[in-house]
Amino acid sequence: MRFQYVLSEITTGLRRNLTMTVAVVITVAISIALFGTGLLVRAQAETTKGFWYDKVEISVFMCNEYATGAGCADGQVTDAQRETIRQTLEEHPEVDEVFYENQEQAYKRFQEQFDESIAESITPDQLQQSFRVALKNPEEYEGVVSAVSGLAGVQDVSDQRELLGPLFRALSGFQIGAIGVAALQVVAAVLLIANTIRLAAYSRRRETGIMRLVGASNFYIQLPFILEAVIAGLVGSIVGCLALFGMEQLIISRLIAPNLTFTAWVDSGDVWATVPWLLLTGVLISAMASFITLRRYLRV
Amino acid sequence: MIRFDNVSKLYPTQTQAALDSLTMEVEKGEFVFMVGPSGSGKSTFLRLVLKEDRPTSGRIRVAGKDLHRLSNWKVPHLRRRIGTVFQDFRLLPNKTVFENVAFALQVIGKPRRQIGRDVPAVLELVGLEGKEDRMPDQLSGGEQQRVAVARAFVNRPLILLADEPTGNLDPATSVGIMKLLDRINRTGTTVCMATHDQSIVDQMRKRVIELEQGKLVRDQTRGVYGYSR
Repeated sequence: MRFQYVLSEITTGLRRNLTMTVAVVITVAISIALFGTGLLVRAQAETTKGFWYDKVEISVFMCNEYATGAGCADGQVTDAQRETIRQTLEEHPEVDEVFYENQEQAYKRFQEQFDESIAESITPDQLQQSFRVALKNPEEYEGVVSAVSGLAGVQDVSDQRELLGPLFRALSGFQIGAIGVAALQVVAAVLLIANTIRLAAYSRRRETGIMRLVGASNFYIQLPFILEAVIAGLVGSIVGCLALFGMEQLIISRLIAPNLTFTAWVDSGDVWATVPWLLLTGVLISAMASFITLRRYLRV
Repeated sequence: MIRFDNVSKLYPTQTQAALDSLTMEVEKGEFVFMVGPSGSGKSTFLRLVLKEDRPTSGRIRVAGKDLHRLSNWKVPHLRRRIGTVFQDFRLLPNKTVFENVAFALQVIGKPRRQIGRDVPAVLELVGLEGKEDRMPDQLSGGEQQRVAVARAFVNRPLILLADEPTGNLDPATSVGIMKLLDRINRTGTTVCMATHDQSIVDQMRKRVIELEQGKLVRDQTRGVYGYSR
């Protein structure tokens, strides 16, 4: 295999079809950037989960004087009932820690969270005593919820995971959208690469015809074309990755992360993690597209 | 060297068979003219020998290989043992004479040293020494065809196929090309030449195989082009 020959074939080929090569690079770049966006959105969902699940706890609200409901038939929760609830929680295998919050503490927290005007209209005895339960594994909350929700003195069990539902739904919708558009772009990229290779094969049919006649192997004849497509695909993928880094810097690091601090955001480390997959995808797409095209247009 | 056993070739779009039960054999070192009107099957014959096409039925053996059993990836190795020359020369216009001949060796992965040794030798054999650096468009038709012959022969093939190699040349130049092919034949290379050139066939007095509508109608040693044409 004469490396020099292959190299000169590739460069002349790329130059000869410069407009088509540029089109391939742009299309691959866009599809790779979108595909990367899809992957980053998924990483964002994971980051959000990780950030919130550390903080997520189950709150077991106990009856106060005014409470109604099945568990509150006896009015305010008694000390005995409260101890039963505490014991049930502490003995549950999924429970990590249990904190007790009395009405005074609940009132303080209330004051911190809301305006004075609202806080003033509330008295401590209107609020509820509660247990805050930290879980060993945030995914396994159902067992704990069902273990305590039937007990006497329990008015309500709330799981903060439910609050994250809409956020996750929005993220997964965004992810599906990005990957869907990326898939369409990949189809366009494949067709464009196929066309470029067809043109290249046509413009070099004299050379390839002679190569076949003198007995050059198929691999040797096809290699410059495949490498040409792979190089264009690789350049496109790199451009797509750079675009992704740029978007991460401009949109997330500068705009979103400093202003929206309720959750953690993906950073350039997450972008780096997607880069190998993106480059691999770009190269594979172009290699496959050119290989299939050549099977049709450069027959033995 | 080339052996056809009851070979037929029917192209999908045509009702008339391009080759119809052709049985023939060319021995090692022979010089054979294939003659016959256009569409008689000469080109199909050459394509089948190169395994550019498969026969519809029948067996073909070339250089000791059964083409039916030869897998696709081994076809290039078959073609390295066959040199081919065409009416339209098929040179690369942006390469010099030397590069055109060297190309045939480069693309089958021959080392640079061998190229530096074999290409000048074959250019001398075809009578083009001193013209290594010319471009094809600076050469006459006869010289271009010599380059094509050099390219076909530089790898010392067992068989040289020529498809009307003198079709674009004037009679005097044609004689020169025929002398060259004859010299190549004397080195032991089997030469198989399809032609319409009556005077050349009559002068050379070699074996003549005549095809008509895909059928073998004449096989004559030391033959002439035709009786009544």
